[in-house]
Amino acid sequence: MHQYVRADDVHPPLDSPEYKSTGLRHPTQAPIVVPQRLTEVTGPLLHGTIGPNDHDLTRQHAGEPQGQRIVVTGRVLDSDGRPVPDTLVEVWQANAAGRYAHVNDTWAAPLDPNFTGGGRVLTNSLGEYSFTTIKPGAYPWGNHHNAWRPAHIHFSLFGQAFTQRLVTQMYFPDDPLFAFDPIYRSAPEKARERMVSAFDMDATQPAWALAFRWDIVLRGRDQTPFEEPHA
Amino acid sequence: MPELTPSQTVGPYLRIGLDWADGPDVVPSGGVTIGGTVYDGAGAPITDAMVETWQADPQGRFPHPLSGGTDFRGFGRSCTDGTGRWEVHTLLPGALPGEAPHLDVSVFARGLLDRVVTRIYLPEPGDDPVLAAVPQERRHTLIAERVSETEYRFDIHLQGAQETVFFDF
Repeated sequence: MHQYVRADDVHPPLDSPEYKSTGLRHPTQAPIVVPQRLTEVTGPLLHGTIGPNDHDLTRQHAGEPQGQRIVVTGRVLDSDGRPVPDTLVEVWQANAAGRYAHVNDTWAAPLDPNFTGGGRVLTNSLGEYSFTTIKPGAYPWGNHHNAWRPAHIHFSLFGQAFTQRLVTQMYFPDDPLFAFDPIYRSAPEKARERMVSAFDMDATQPAWALAFRWDIVLRGRDQTPFEEPHA
Repeated sequence: MPELTPSQTVGPYLRIGLDWADGPDVVPSGGVTIGGTVYDGAGAPITDAMVETWQADPQGRFPHPLSGGTDFRGFGRSCTDGTGRWEVHTLLPGALPGEAPHLDVSVFARGLLDRVVTRIYLPEPGDDPVLAAVPQERRHTLIAERVSETEYRFDIHLQGAQETVFFDF
């Protein structure tokens, strides 16, 4: 059975004390390392139901949302450099003022009746995705005194195997809040900038929208097949 | 070669992007319910978690080119409710060559910087190479409880004395 590469030293440690909510939610026992079998090398190839405005978060209501209109585009790849075609990309985000359209978000910034903040697209045959939205705002949170999250868009990805599943966040270039954000900083230092999009002049739409580019890399296939120990 | 993108938490507002009306319905009707509660290390239910399941159909087939092909969706998704409860409506998985029937599970939550992965086995699972890798005294955390003909219970403890066994595949 072909194995997908291990993701050592890429993901944040589940026990990251600066992010306080990890305290009671991280397992204290080490995960048990086992080879991937059929259930792990297969995975949902969901095409789901993509609605006509699911790729354009600025057109999901009667009017236009407040804020800076942007296009977010990029590719979903595996770590062998192969594009991941026809895979579901789900996104969610705060509005331009940094407020989520969610009952539990109570910070004193206005909701926008023209913005919900959820979207979904499929990658094309080259692994490319694109959606239109507004640039989310930064917002305060209760982790520590004067804590602010840098602006970000949540991304959920499936790839083609259970092993490739990934949920992450895309950030915007040169955000001064990176230095103070325990969630961004939970990732190993060398890997953090992989979560930061780049301004992309070529993808801007004249007199309409700025553009940011962000490629997402999922686990690719290991070149050395796992050998089951013989009894 | 491109380098892997790090994981980040789903945060507390995951439902905006991830809540599907038919998420729990691996099959639209009939079948069994598999569900339970997600708990933190203090024993409190986690109301902003999401549980996803991936499994074979009763004949051991996945809807994927590496398997035999089936119309079965195989995938379930349940955001926990105000009591920390998750559930999916599905068919019981069949055995795979050399493996006991099981469902693979991903758990996401605010406060989890990466998903955690486990497996659900049915009562009296028999021989299985993944279960065999788990110390005997912790294996019970991976076995669903049969509540009735059509209902199985599987609680997930992220931390604590009853901590669920998690895997690194």
